[in-house]
Formats: sequence, structure tokens, C-alpha cells
Amino acid sequence: MARRNALAGIAALAIAGLALTSCGSNGAEAPSTDGEAAGDITFLTNRTDLEQSGTWDKYVAEFQKEYPDVNVEIEAITNYEDDVKTRMSTPNGYGDVLLIPNGVPQSQYADFFTSLGTTAEMEDTYRFLSAKSVGGQQYGLALGGNANGVVYNKEVFKEAGITDLPKTEDEFIADLKLVKDKTDAIPLYTNYKDGWPLGGQWTNIVGAVTMNPDAQTEMSHSAAPWTEGTDIYSLDSMLYNVVAEGLTEPDPLTTNWERSKTDFAQGKIATMVLGSWALGQLEASAKDAGADVENVGFMAYPASVDGKQAATIAGDYYLGINKNSENQAASRAWIDFLLEDSGFTQDEGMISAVTADELPANLDDLESNGVELLELSPAPEGEESLFSDTADKAQVDVWGNIYRQKLIDVARGQAEGDKDSVFAGLNEAWGQAVNDLSSK
Amino acid sequence: MTVSPTDSHQAQPEAATPASLAGPRAKASKPGPNRKKPGFSLTPYLFLALGVGLLLLLTYVPAVNMIWYSFTDWNGLGPVGDWVGFENYQEVFTNPRIFGVFGVSIYYFAASFVQMALALYFAVILSFNTRFSNFFRGVIFFPYLINGVAIGFVFLYLFQPDGTLDTVLSWFGVTEPPQWLGDASIANYSLATTSVWRYTGLNFILFLGAIQSIPAELYEAAKIDGAGPWHQFRYIIFPGIRRIIGLSFILAISGALSVFEIPFIMTGGANGTATFVIQTLQTAFTYRSVGLASAMAVILLIIVLLVTWVQRKVFPDEKVDLS
Repeated sequence: MARRNALAGIAALAIAGLALTSCGSNGAEAPSTDGEAAGDITFLTNRTDLEQSGTWDKYVAEFQKEYPDVNVEIEAITNYEDDVKTRMSTPNGYGDVLLIPNGVPQSQYADFFTSLGTTAEMEDTYRFLSAKSVGGQQYGLALGGNANGVVYNKEVFKEAGITDLPKTEDEFIADLKLVKDKTDAIPLYTNYKDGWPLGGQWTNIVGAVTMNPDAQTEMSHSAAPWTEGTDIYSLDSMLYNVVAEGLTEPDPLTTNWERSKTDFAQGKIATMVLGSWALGQLEASAKDAGADVENVGFMAYPASVDGKQAATIAGDYYLGINKNSENQAASRAWIDFLLEDSGFTQDEGMISAVTADELPANLDDLESNGVELLELSPAPEGEESLFSDTADKAQVDVWGNIYRQKLIDVARGQAEGDKDSVFAGLNEAWGQAVNDLSSK
Repeated sequence: MTVSPTDSHQAQPEAATPASLAGPRAKASKPGPNRKKPGFSLTPYLFLALGVGLLLLLTYVPAVNMIWYSFTDWNGLGPVGDWVGFENYQEVFTNPRIFGVFGVSIYYFAASFVQMALALYFAVILSFNTRFSNFFRGVIFFPYLINGVAIGFVFLYLFQPDGTLDTVLSWFGVTEPPQWLGDASIANYSLATTSVWRYTGLNFILFLGAIQSIPAELYEAAKIDGAGPWHQFRYIIFPGIRRIIGLSFILAISGALSVFEIPFIMTGGANGTATFVIQTLQTAFTYRSVGLASAMAVILLIIVLLVTWVQRKVFPDEKVDLS
């Protein structure tokens, strides 16, 4: 008897363990954000720096002037993506308002987030809707947006004798060679070791090269996207050529993002492919290093169609509401406040999601050079997550760094193959995935 | 054999033990009013329950879950995906990109022999009465106490161009050192060396402990018989610590197959240094294929179990008898 009891106890523990690990989201009815804004809400953010500087507290105080009944608790998380993705397996574990982790596929938004309304009715008020629109419903609004292109040090360019900004790949490479010959700067810094600067920072440019807002959608249907003439080919081919010409850092395995900011400010690095979000940080580094803030320049990716250039703009992190939150109305009020009244995008030098707001000053360089700002058009209904799904299936991490690191290894002669074999391999994996997904 | 003062000293506590144990035992055997019949008692199981419960909750349940995931196409978020049978396992074995990375483990496996040889060498030297031996024992064991992430960063700076290593080499006239991590033909050696530096201390302490458990009179007897240091090592120390060497060997194989920390911190698996565990991690979180990654983890577990089993078959666990 006693033995059976003991075994039963252990079995009960084991079952409790199973139950604990297998809690999923429950399929309750769709929550609504109508009603009175009151209660406690938790806001998850990746900006730990703004927590330390007290900026979030400032916003909360401002917010509470209008909504005294709402208490906002800020939770800033260093390792945001991974932590929040893990916490999303518990219904109430991911706060009330959060930045939607990039790793959540579009097809699962409805399982986790409250719809903020239909995309159609928001279209006139907001930018950057397409990325978080599924089946006509809008699940997230961009806290801010960025333009994608190349940051460059104006001082170094002047020293190298470059007067006009490059508008084609050939001009760009010729300029980088000038930098190499005439200055001590590294012409293009890839930040290979940290990895992330090789992912989205490049892939976000897809669309700007051929000035085609459907470039991403077309790529998710193409059996061989790494073929001359496409955006992704142009980007990766340029990267390959620059590395093969020895125009990047000598030992890519020991790069360091934090140090690269200072090196850039001090004129030891001429260019980096980064979004406009980086400008604020680079200017801050320049200030710390005692260099001229004015040297931080931003240009479009060196490609043009009939002499015209474009830069893609896209939302950074998107604000979403946990669909299990008990204070939907308060959560919505906080989102609206952040977007419209907080002045967040202005403080951060980002593009506001509100269409009526002015563009940030750091994009003046683009405007004065006649660069057109281009927003990708939304993927067709039912294909919202096709691009990411294809990338996952093909194991070609277009948003990550693994395949571009391999490309660089080949280009600098440290791995077998050549440009053609790398692109052939990518096309094969991608084509296979496109095939598999379309036959499903 | 003559009985030295040391022996009689060692014998004392042993002699005392049975008497002290006998006390409570003798008491317990007296029949008391509440005493149950000899046989099953719940008490030991209650003591076990907490430990076993935690073990089940934190190790076995997740492991069973992982095996379950390995048969699904789950992406890691929301409800667990559809059952796909052995599709994931088939993928692991047929995709050369997945299985190819085991080649990297060979570097670490080879390095583990260097590591064991070094550890054994130092353990033998320091088990004799060397001056400052305690200090040197500390020095050799110390790297194992530092956490792996810190070691990764320390060596990252060491291997940088114009870093510490290059500076030291330049004193000896090496003016054009290679890129220790940037050169794909060298990177894995650099990482394996870091691993040796870190784990030699562990092997060392295992060997040293085993050597010190060899009774001192054996050496004395050997000396009287005219055995030099080499013969003492060959016929006393080596057979005396065979089991520990066998254990280290198993640890070396499973360690080489599942290397993670050092390459992950130092190169992130780039430049041809990705190991199977790094690959598994990338599959789960970069490609969002938790199902496939679980299958990879299960396969790694099976391989390690298999290797251990083969090793036990080839080198059976002989009972060591030094007398």
C-alpha cells in the first residue's frame, strides 16, 4: 500500500511537471480594446538604456497626467528576443504591452496578440502597417521606423578625395579603393563576429536596389533569387566583391560592435551597412571620442535605376497587446500615447509611424541627395509569413548572419568554393524550399 | 612487509568505526512499542521523493518532452506542431550539412589526448614531494574554476591581431603570426587549445586524487626492490589509476562531441568552427525548427551512449588489484 502511495506521489509530480510545461495559449474569444482605461499594465521593452536614463519614467509620468488610473510598469530586458519568445509560452508571462519579437511568425499573431483594428481603417493615419497585418487585421504598430542604407564618415571620404557619393556598385568599390589607398581607414567594416550587422541590416535593403516594393514577395516565389538582376543578388554580390578585393577588416573573427562605433567616429572605419537607427549611437560615440558629430553621414545603398536612388524605410520593433491581458483599454491608451504624444521617435531620431509627423533630421542627407523613400508593399493575404517560412525551410537565414558569414569566408579564401558555387548553393536550397512550400 | 607508524595511525579510525556503528544499531534492534514489522518502510521514500521529484521535473520530463518534440514540426512557439513521425530523423541523416559538422569534433577529441597527457604528467610530478607542489596544484587547477564565458573572452583578446599572443611571439622574432581565429585552417586548433587550457585542471585533479589514494607502502616496497621513478609510474601509478583514465576517456569523447561554450563565445560557429551543439542551437532558434533540433539532440544523446557502451566493451572495467 505504502509503496503504491509513494509511486503515485511521484507520478503525480511527473504529471504536474508535464502540465506545467504544456500550458499553451487558450483560444478565448477575441478581446477588445474598448472600455475605460484603468488598471496596472506591464510594458516589455528592449531599451534598457532608456530605463537607466529615466526616460521611460518621464514618459510614464507624462502619460499619467492624462490617465491617472493607469499604472505602467516598465520592464526592460537585455536579451529581449530570446527571453520574450520563451515567456510567450505562458499566457500572462509576456506583459500587457510588448514589442512583438521578430521570431514570431505572422501566422501565429492571432494566437498571441489583440487585433488593434483593421489595416484598411488605419492606412491613412499610420506608416509601416504591412509587416504586422494578417488577414486584414493589424496586430502591431511600429514604435518607430528606420531608413536602410550605408553610414559613412564624411571626413574620411573627404580625405580620400571622394566628392560625389557613389550611385552604383562599381563607383562604390572604386571609392572604397580610394579610401584604402589614401587613408588608414578600413573601407567597409562588416562586423562579422557580432553577426547581426550582417543580417537584417542588409536584407532590409531588398527593394531599394531595383526600386521595386514587391521585391521581397517576388523573392519568396522565386526558384533562384540569387540571379543577376535581383536585389538580393546585388547585395550579396557586392559584399562578396568588397571582401574579395580586401576592402574589409583584416581579421573579421575579432570584430566588436561597441569598438566599431568608436573606430568609426575616429575615422578608422569609412563605411558600414546599417540602418538610420545607428546614427544616434554613432553620433554619441563621436561626442565621447571628441570627434566632430557632423562627420557621421548616411547615404542610400549604392545602386540606381535610371539615375534615381531609393532607400527602403521600415518599422523597427512593433508594439502589440497581449491578448490575455486584462487591461486591454489601458494597454491601447499606452500605445497611442507612445506613438502620438510621447515624442519618442523625435527623441530617438526615428521615423514616426504617424504619417502626418515630420521625417527626422538625420534623413536630411538622403533628401538633399534626391533619394526616394520606399516602403515595401504588403505581402498578399495568406502569404504574410511566406518570406520567413521559406528562409527557415531553406535554412538560409536571410535575417541572420550565418549564410553571409559563409559568403565572406569563401570570398576571403577561407572556405572552399567561389562566388558562383555559393550562389548556386543558395539558389538550390531556396528553390527547394519554395517548391516544398508551394506544393503543400 | 614491515608495519610503519603511518599504517597503524591509519588503522585507528577504522578500528573505531565498527564500535560506534554498533551502538545505535544494537538499540534499534530492540523491539519497541511502535516498531513495524521488518520489511517495507515508507520513510526512505519520503526522503527520496523531493530529490527524485525535482530530478523528474527538471531533467526527465523535459527530456521526454524533447523526444516528443523530435517527432513533430514544432517551431517553438504556441501549440506543439503536427506529428511527422521519423521525418526529422531522416533529415538529420540525409542532410550532409547537419552531419558534416561532426568533423570539427575530431579537433577537440585529438586535443583531449594532449590534455590527458599533460594532466597525467603534472599529476605524477606533483604527487611526489616537489617543492611548492601545493602552489603548482592550485595554478594548474585554477583555469577550471573560471567560468567558460570569461575564458572565451580572455582568449578572444589573446588571439586578436596584435593581441597578447602576437606580442609575446614578436619577442621571439615571430613577426608575421597567422590570424589565430581568422584563418580557417588554424581556427579550430586555436579553439581546441583553449579547451585544453581550460579542462587540463579537471583531469589533473582526478588523476592526482587517484594517485594519492595509492597506499604509500607500495612505493616504499618498490623502492626497496630497486624501482626508479619510471618503474614506479609504469607498474604502480598507471595500473592504480586505470579506472580514472578510462573515465576521463569517456568524458573526452562525449565532451568532444558536445563542445559548445568556447567556440560559441569566441567565433559563434563562424569560419568552419560550428560544432554539432551550435548547429542544433541554430536550427532551433535561427531556423525556428525546434522539432528538427530536438531530433538532433536525441541523436547526439544516442551517439554518446553508444560510444560509452563500445568503450566499456573494448576496455572492460577490470577490478584494480595492486597487491
